[in-house]
Amino acid sequence: MALLSKKDANLILDPLSDNNPITIQVLGICSALAITAELKASIVMSVSVLFVMGMGNVVISLMRNIIPSKIRIIVQLVVVATLVIIVDQVLKAFAYELSKTLSVFVGLIITNCIIMGRFEAFALANGTWRSFLDGIGNAAGYGIILVIIGFFRELLGSGTLLGYKVLGDPIAKTGLYAIGYENNGFMLLSPMALIVVGLIIWVQRSRNKDLIEEN
Amino acid sequence: MAVNTEKNSYTVIFATVMVVIVGSVLAFLASSLSGKISENERLEKQQNILYAMGVNENGDDEGSVNFISTSEVAAEFDKYIKEQLVIQGDDITKDDKAYLIDLKKEESLAKAGEVRRLPLFVGEKDGKEYYIIPMRGKGLWDAIWGFMSLDANMVVQGVFFDHAGETPGLGANINQRYFMDDFIGESVLDNGRYAGIEVAKGNNDPTNERKDDNAVDALAGSTITGNGVTAMIRETLNLYKPYLETIRVKK
Repeated sequence: MALLSKKDANLILDPLSDNNPITIQVLGICSALAITAELKASIVMSVSVLFVMGMGNVVISLMRNIIPSKIRIIVQLVVVATLVIIVDQVLKAFAYELSKTLSVFVGLIITNCIIMGRFEAFALANGTWRSFLDGIGNAAGYGIILVIIGFFRELLGSGTLLGYKVLGDPIAKTGLYAIGYENNGFMLLSPMALIVVGLIIWVQRSRNKDLIEEN
Repeated sequence: MAVNTEKNSYTVIFATVMVVIVGSVLAFLASSLSGKISENERLEKQQNILYAMGVNENGDDEGSVNFISTSEVAAEFDKYIKEQLVIQGDDITKDDKAYLIDLKKEESLAKAGEVRRLPLFVGEKDGKEYYIIPMRGKGLWDAIWGFMSLDANMVVQGVFFDHAGETPGLGANINQRYFMDDFIGESVLDNGRYAGIEVAKGNNDPTNERKDDNAVDALAGSTITGNGVTAMIRETLNLYKPYLETIRVKK
């Protein structure tokens, strides 16, 4: 990380583990539950959020000195919504197939509380470059958790990964299914995503005791 | 730049300027891209219609959905779709632009008491006729729509479903082949009644071998989207029943 000073590097690395937006700050849970039934959807959502958060943080940071504090939340919303609509429209015109996969996520990105949270907590008070790093870092932290949840839900729920039947064919009874293994249909439902998040939080906190809050 | 950003007048001016800028950027973008977007949507509709009658680039394995490529679809559409009909009450007219009819608009016209226009496409492939019905309904979050091609005996030859915003990984899978292919070979008739095809949870037929039960196996975890598909098929068949009956009797 010679490119970045230690402080800047922490902006990216912290949200990946010790200050993860989902497992530590418990933000963005709604989309983490809604779209992680498949690994592919998790990846698409992560990349979209990465883009919107990086760009959004830069725009808000550039405007931070002229935004009236009374309407800052509205300004933030307008910025996210505009960015997302621009991306959606451009994709519709030039990459129609891709835009169809993404269209489902557009609404979810706008309402993603992590994005608003980072605008409010970081971009309004920091310079452009640092805000960009912070946006990328938090989006990546969000993405990692999404991908982990998506991986387990798709593997245990459908027996596939990215659509490939890695455990064998449940109907023809090949692979693992030949010895009596069954998919757990419950993994496809949102409650199991919450339980997986819970398990991740448990693992993370038992590895790093500093994260456990004192009561 | 020392501006007092706390003043009310500044707040109002800022908001106004922001709205004007954002509004004009989006308006400019939308109008400059609208031609390309509507062209994409038009080609997609042609691809979907052809997909339902089996003109697609699917392999034999149960893989992903492969449409005719966008560069060829216009020519293929002219080749395979013999007639485009518009059914309005008892009137049946031919119209080359029937596939552009907006089903949502027609639905609201029907609610306002007018007679809606129902598009129907007659396709021909290898000497066999296909009657392709467009449909539109409600999923869990947003609209779902599709095309179903029937032969003269009212047996499904192919379907295509799509959605605006169903849950990824669950209801969104109605546009996957392992769901859509199950419809092929099912009859929409049940003892002469237009019963449609039910997306059934408990039909105990996961490999979809029984083709006479008016039901296909549902997707796990997407009850409401599945029910939406069932309702969409039933309601659409009700609308087209008079015309479909004339085809069936004729044969």
